[in-house]
Parts: sequence; structure tokens; C-alpha cells
Amino acid sequence: MTAEVQVVDGPEVTSRLDNWAGARATSGAGLRGTRPGARRLLRDRSMTFLIVASVVLTLVPVIWILVQILMKGGSAMSWTFLTHSTPFSMMKQGGGFLNGLIGTAIMVVLASVVSIPLGILGAVYVVEYGKGNWLAKLIRFFSDVMTGVPSIFVGVFVYTALVVKFKYGAIMGAASLALIMMPIIVRSSEEMLKLVPSELKDASHALGAAKWQTITKVVLPSAAPGLTTGAMLAVARAAGETAPLIMTALGSLQLVTKLAGSPISSLTLLILNGAGQAFEAAQARAWAGALELLVIVLVFTVLARVFASRSRLTR
Amino acid sequence: MGPSDSSSSILSADRWKRKGAGRGADSLFAFLAGGCGVLVLLALAYMVISTTRTALPAFRAEGLSFVTGSNWDPSNGSYQILPFIYGTVVTSVIALILAVPMSVGVALFLTEYAPKWLRAPIEYAVDLLAAVPSVVYGLWGLWVVLPYVLRPVSDFLARYLGFVPIFAGPSTGLSYFAAGIILSIMITPIITSLSREIFRSVPSADRHAAYALGATRWEMIKEAVLPRSRGGVVGATMLGLGRALGETIVVAMLIGNNPVINLSIFKPGGSIAGAIANGWGEATGIQISALVGAGVVLFVITIIVNMVARAIVYRFNRA
Repeated sequence: MTAEVQVVDGPEVTSRLDNWAGARATSGAGLRGTRPGARRLLRDRSMTFLIVASVVLTLVPVIWILVQILMKGGSAMSWTFLTHSTPFSMMKQGGGFLNGLIGTAIMVVLASVVSIPLGILGAVYVVEYGKGNWLAKLIRFFSDVMTGVPSIFVGVFVYTALVVKFKYGAIMGAASLALIMMPIIVRSSEEMLKLVPSELKDASHALGAAKWQTITKVVLPSAAPGLTTGAMLAVARAAGETAPLIMTALGSLQLVTKLAGSPISSLTLLILNGAGQAFEAAQARAWAGALELLVIVLVFTVLARVFASRSRLTR
Repeated sequence: MGPSDSSSSILSADRWKRKGAGRGADSLFAFLAGGCGVLVLLALAYMVISTTRTALPAFRAEGLSFVTGSNWDPSNGSYQILPFIYGTVVTSVIALILAVPMSVGVALFLTEYAPKWLRAPIEYAVDLLAAVPSVVYGLWGLWVVLPYVLRPVSDFLARYLGFVPIFAGPSTGLSYFAAGIILSIMITPIITSLSREIFRSVPSADRHAAYALGATRWEMIKEAVLPRSRGGVVGATMLGLGRALGETIVVAMLIGNNPVINLSIFKPGGSIAGAIANGWGEATGIQISALVGAGVVLFVITIIVNMVARAIVYRFNRA
């Protein structure tokens, strides 16, 4: 038995064996003398029940939140909502979050342009050049730490470092988003770059390629789908951020396209604003905004998955 | 010569040979990449310096009582943030108490119970929870979960368990409890996905050995899976805690923003991040400095929690 298991031990076989053994054990049809007593069986069944219950309880909010957003957001969603800015009076019907959509787009694009190349290059250093030296270890450790920094603290930092001198604006918001995205990109890119087989690199070196040539022509192209996945997830995360924008972009009811000097809104800030209002019209806009935001975030999340499945690098 | 020369094959040796300058470019590239890494470090260092400098007036004015005093009264120039620290900790603890057993349950289901066809859909659903932006959780929590579930549940608990100080009524709707419950939903995906990886890394030989000894499925989990995973699950929990401590919007929308310490979890309170987010609009002068100071305190707390979590996870991974 054991010998057979070791020979054919793949995930498929193992899981089938697990299920078989589990079923045998729970049904009490094991070897004589090892048959579980009623008490042990009861305990096993009740734990199964609890575990299944925890799954059901976790799935309830998933379905509930999606249904609510689709219903409430869907009924408030319209072409007008997508193409108009927020009315100055919160009580007023109509209007939409175009100002927020534009603001989110501007800030996320600016943040991506800065953080994606920097993050990937940082990861290249850690994996290809640092190779376990103190700087690489330090970069890894602190990008880990930075992923855990509360996003509101990033906003507070950008305020103290930039906003006090240059006023609220799109660039300030983008700076805070870039700081949030960068460690995510460094860590995910690092995982991807590590998966590039050393045979590929050796082959490139053997052809006389310098290290930077190997990296730009062999390592980065073969890791590209994985790197894109990390970048997409970071973009999704940035598009959904609210807290750091409060003290960097500030928010505005007008459509702003200026990059600096005037407060700008985002979808998240407008949802936050609408959610805090007692007026039905403002709340309806918040729900429609939530639907719009969720669609954007999910598109990037799904794109990330598509690129991940395209990656031919495996663990 | 160079990248633009696409006519020559990547395999032709002379394409690479004449790269005398290429070697210089190599160290330049190393410098560039290293510089980007150093930038991450510099950003972190500058974060601490810049914020602490701005917070200095508030730290000076209050001294140690900034974090130990419980009198937050900006109109009278008193800036003591203990009520916010308390609220941040209480909401996070409530979130953990609920999220840890749930996440471990889901992770065990995915690794030990679920038939193969059921795994992917459940994993997708849990990942979906992680993708929902926090402001959407706040909107949903405030206008859907609070009136239909949290309010009735807290009223009920306060009525029948009110003799215990932490459940004392009457409940107010917006409360530590409401914020903690929504937080627990938000941190469930993180703890679940980390625990899942940890349970998956338990060698299947251990499972088979337990079954061979006649263990039931639960006994196998208890004796073979959980002991090997304890460190990793603790690490995952700490990372969930780090996320809960730093979460701003949901807590700001649901905790009630009351700068006092309430022993009962059904009463409104305040949180560090919530105080910053809510107070920012009207804050001026030293109040901004105090809010930035609160941010520094939050940063220090989360950094400590995260470092401990990483240390546990690293050690566990090496073992």
C-alpha cells in the first residue's frame, strides 16, 4: 500500500486517496479494531458540519453584496449617470459621477506610469543582481513591510511631504496611489522573475549576452504575462482606494482635468460622500457609483487572471 | 547594432560579440535597478521623517499624554488619542474573533473536504470578497447590513447579555460591533488564502499515516494538519490583524465617531484611521498636526504587527 502510494503520488491520486480514506474512516468501515466509536463519529460529523457552515457563512456576504450592488446600483445606473458630473445640491436628482471617473482615471494612470516600471526594476535588482545580498534582503523586507502600511498613512505622508507645498491635486493623489502600488508590484514581480528557468538565462549567457541583455531580451519577455498580472492587481487596488485620496486629492464636485493645483475627485470619494448623505438622490448615485467602481475593479482583476493563465512559467 | 537591429538572429554570436559598450551598460542597468529598490527604502524612511516632523507640535504640546490621555477636544485644544487607539484595537479584535475560525474553516474545507469541482468556484468567490473596494463595503454595511442585521442582533444581545459590561445596552447601531463585523468580512479572504497555502503544504504522507491508524477525517486534521500549520496560521492571523488595524473607510463609516472610550461594544467609539479621515476636512493648525501624529502612532502599531507576522511566516516557511 505505502509503496504504491509513493510511486503514483500525484495531486490527483493523492486527493482521490484522501477522499477514499476519509470516506472509509468516517463511515467506520476501516479495519476491525480501528473502527471509530459512536462518540468519535459524532465529533467528526459535527466538525464537518461546522466547517461546511463556515463556508456557507462566508459565501453569504459575497452573494449579498453583489446582489445589492447590482439591484440598487443597476436601478440608479443610466447614461446620464455615466456622462454627467455631480450636481452641487445633494438633494437634486440626476447627475452622475463623470467627474469621479475622470479623476480616478487620471490618478491611476499617473500612478501606474511611475510605479509599474520602478516596481519591476526594483524586483529585477532583487532577483537578478542582489541575489541575497544585504540590500536585496532589505528591499524585500521593507517592500513586505510597506504592503502592510495603512493606506491612510500613505495619504498623510504625501500631505506632509507634498500637499503642504503644492496644494491638493491629481498629482498628489497619484503620488499616494503610486506609493501603495509599488510594493505590491515589487513583491509580485519578484515571485514571477524567480520562476524564469535558469536554463534560459544560462543559454543567453552562453551566447555571449551581457547580463542586461539577458534581462531585457530573455528574462523580462518570458516573465511578461506574470508581471502584467501583478500590475493589473495593483491597478485594481489603486482604483478602489479611498482613504489616501482624502488628504491628497480632496475631492470636487466639478469635472477637473488639471493635473495640479486644484482638488480633484475620484469615484471612491464621491461614493463616500454620497453614502454619508440622508438624501435619497445622493444615495442612489452612491450605489450607481459602487456598481461602476466594482465593474472597473473586476475588469482589472479578471484581466490579471487571464494574463496569469497565459503565463507558461510554473512553480 | 543593438536592440533595433532585428535582422540578425538572437542566436548569431557576432550580434553579442561587439558589445564592448554593453558591459558598461550592464553596470548602468544594475545601478538603475538597484536605485529603484533603494527608492522603496528611501520612501519608507522619508515617510517616517516627514510625518513625525509635522506631528511634532502636537507631540510637544501633549507629551506622553498624546497616547495615554483620553480627552480629545479640538475646540479646547486638547489632543489625546487613547479613545481612538482603543477603538482601533477593539474593532480589530472583534474582526479577528470572527474571521479566524471562519477562514480556517473555509481553508480546511478547500484543502481537506471539497471535491475538486467545488474548489475553484469557492476560491473565486473568496477572492471576489478581497477585490471589493472598502468604500463599497462601507456603503453596503451602512445602508444594508446595519439596519437589517447588525442593529437587530446587537439589540437582541444587549437585551439578554446586557448584564455583562462589554455587551451593555442600549445598543446604538453605529458601534464598535458594527465596524468589527464588516471588518471581519474584509479580512476573511486574506487569512483564508494564506491558511489554504499552509494546509496545502502539509505532506500527504502525514494524512495517509493518520488515516492508516484509523483516524476519522477530523482526527486526521487535528493530529496531522493543524499541528504542522499552527505557526503559519498565527502568521496569517497577524497579517489579517495588520489589515484590520489600518482599514479606514469602513470603520469611519460604521463606528459612530465618538471620541470616548466605551466599554460596551454596542456603543459608538472612534478609531485612529477614522478620526483622521473624518477630521481632515475641518482640521487646521495644530489639529492637523495631531491627526498626522495619530497617523504616526497607527503606522508604528501596524509596522510592529506586520514585522512580527512576517517573522513568524518566514520562520515557518523555513522549517
